[in-house]
Amino acid sequence: MGEVVEASTADFVAQCYELYQLPPLGSLVKTRDQEVELYGVVCNATTAGLEPGRRPIARGRDEATEEAVYQSSPQLMKLLRSEFSVLVAAHRQEGKLYHYLPPKPARIHSFVYQCPPAEVKELSQSLDFLTVLLNARLPVSPEELIAACLRHMGQAQEDRRAFLVAAGKELAVLLGDEPNRLRAVLGRIKP
Amino acid sequence: MTQEDNRLGIVVSGSLSKGIEVRLDGAASVEDVVVGRYVTMEGQRRRFFGMITDVGLGVTDQRLALNPPDVSDPFVAQVLAGTSTYGIFHVTPYLTIGGDVASLLEGPQPVKTVPSHFSAVNLASDQDIELVFGKEDSERFWIGNPLDMETKICLNLEELVKRSNGIFGKSGTGKTFLTRILLCGMLQKSKAVNLVFDMHNEYGWAGTREGGPPVKALKQLFQSKVAIFTLDEANSRRRGVSTDFVVRIGYDEIEPEDMALLRQTLNLTELAIGAVYELHRKFGRDWLQAALDLKDSDETGALLEELKIHESTFQNLKRGLANIRRLPFIEPHAPDDVVNRILDHLDRGINVVLEFGRYRDVTAYVLVANMLTRRIYAQYQARTEKADADGSAKPQPLVITIEEAHKFLNSEVAGQTTFGMIAREMRKYNVTLLVIDQRPSGIDEEVMSQLGTKITCLLDNERDIDSVLAGVSGRSELKAVLAKLSSRQQALIFGHAVPMPVAFQPREYGSAASYSEFSGSALEAGKQAEKDIEELWGDSGAS
Ligand SMILES: Nc1ncnc2c1ncn2[C@@H]1O[C@H](COP(=O)(O)OP(=O)(O)O)[C@@H](O)[C@H]1O
Ligand SMILES: [Mg+2]
Repeated sequence: MGEVVEASTADFVAQCYELYQLPPLGSLVKTRDQEVELYGVVCNATTAGLEPGRRPIARGRDEATEEAVYQSSPQLMKLLRSEFSVLVAAHRQEGKLYHYLPPKPARIHSFVYQCPPAEVKELSQSLDFLTVLLNARLPVSPEELIAACLRHMGQAQEDRRAFLVAAGKELAVLLGDEPNRLRAVLGRIKP
Repeated sequence: MTQEDNRLGIVVSGSLSKGIEVRLDGAASVEDVVVGRYVTMEGQRRRFFGMITDVGLGVTDQRLALNPPDVSDPFVAQVLAGTSTYGIFHVTPYLTIGGDVASLLEGPQPVKTVPSHFSAVNLASDQDIELVFGKEDSERFWIGNPLDMETKICLNLEELVKRSNGIFGKSGTGKTFLTRILLCGMLQKSKAVNLVFDMHNEYGWAGTREGGPPVKALKQLFQSKVAIFTLDEANSRRRGVSTDFVVRIGYDEIEPEDMALLRQTLNLTELAIGAVYELHRKFGRDWLQAALDLKDSDETGALLEELKIHESTFQNLKRGLANIRRLPFIEPHAPDDVVNRILDHLDRGINVVLEFGRYRDVTAYVLVANMLTRRIYAQYQARTEKADADGSAKPQPLVITIEEAHKFLNSEVAGQTTFGMIAREMRKYNVTLLVIDQRPSGIDEEVMSQLGTKITCLLDNERDIDSVLAGVSGRSELKAVLAKLSSRQQALIFGHAVPMPVAFQPREYGSAASYSEFSGSALEAGKQAEKDIEELWGDSGAS
């Protein structure tokens, strides 16, 4: 799907091989650093020009459709790139899953894959990652991200409702003194 | 029910003196938690038994209360239940049992500590209740079931009758039914004999039942063990009651103390009571006849002068005595000595119910009950003292049942009456009381505090509630339980004969099945079956 282009202990940025082939917000992806597999939540995505600081100019005035814009300037596909950021939430070492940060960050150019449903389900057995998401500094609001992530995880469950209720309860405890934030998340994950 | 279904929540705070706060688990609904129910708390090294005495609601953040979330959405409601919004309830701990073998054998003990933080709290199971109250056996009598439970609450009746006891509750709550149940129990399982002063004719042959046919009473259930005495033969006969003895009372059996007890009822002045004592000193046991014989003459004037009785006092007294003379069962001379008759029966282990027939007014009741009790008690006293001195047999333990107990035991008279004495002396002379009253606040405080075990149905007067619960530990908590009893056939029992208070539903009384259980015939049948099996298979079932 893509490869790591920037990495730190708690997060990494990956670039997509195909423009716009971005994983959905809140979905789970994985990469590996030798023996250690890293799992994370997609927390942001951007598509921008290759040269930093330079913004593409509008080209569509004389074109009939948006598709036509790309067709008349095929070089665009090369000048633009899609990137997404991932918050690292868990890792697997020697077959065992740990719901906390790995000892080392991802390596640059490691390949990034979408997690298959079976792995999503396995990861969602612990809700500890909610704390990580709640406290992260992100360009999107944490409530938005958490809701997206829980919806995504919910799809991998046999009993989606029970999963969402359990997650809701965990959040109710974590957000005990912030009822408005709680309300915001609950409103977004209602089955 | 499995342990999981019984789980209510976890201990979050508390103290021994104020009780334990328990936070309800998300899954349990606060609406299922009711005051009066038993719970167990699983501490690390011991289990605790307690009663739910209050239920409340909590929110983690007040903003939630100010701006309530949309709980009409079942998802939101489900998430919030037990997390941001939670039920909280208060448990008063009573007993504890250690986990090691020695303490298991020892059984439940009074609490001296509290369960540790986050101990699991479960609804008490049937086995838990049985562990605390014991099984129905040759001494323990099943009186009812804890609220919302199937388990039997059993009372050790031998233990119960060692002290005087009380049954309270406002009118129509089930006092009479409860009393009848307890009497059946005593007839079945204790060595005590009973003397019942049956003001409303409910214990001897048949009793009334609201909205239904009459219920059988003692004589119908225990033919050979019960004798019915009556003050009103015609009335008893009309009700189809076969009586064993018709009670007549002679003037000479009435003593000044009886008059003192009737002072208020007969509207007598203090001075008039003083005059009775004077007359008694002068004429001895014929005082009443003598007083009635006094005509308005100079001689009378001289006599009154001599006795220092004022004319107006005498008139007051005469009006009162006229009321007594009008009672149809009072005669100048009684043909037979009723006290001896009663004692005869009691000595043979036969229980005596004295019906009042139509004479249900307070004057008749107080006069007769007090007079008979005084004289029977004197006999018991003499015989017990004799037994202590020369080792002869002590009289059978006796339980005297009285209704409208405050008439005999209010603070004004409790100091002087035999009833007051019996209540205070505990079981010195083998006599105890079973008092029934709907206005317990009218009973002398000291007498109340001497009652060993109290059973109370719903009371709604604050003073009555306070008087029943005076001196009990965990008063305010029990008050909450008492106030929430339903208005019929629910009661709270606490005191000497129970290891911890329990709110319960008295056994059903009045169906054919209940009669065979109460009369003990079912029990006999069961024993016979056991015996048959034993004979058939040898002793193998014993292990
Ligand atoms: N244990 C019970 N079994 C069956 N019915 C009961 C029982 N207790 C109370 N009741 C019902 O309640 C009514 C009132 O009870 P009762 O004992 O006469 O009240 P109280 O003596 O307190 O005025 C009875 O007539 C009966 O219908
Ligand atoms: Mg009654």
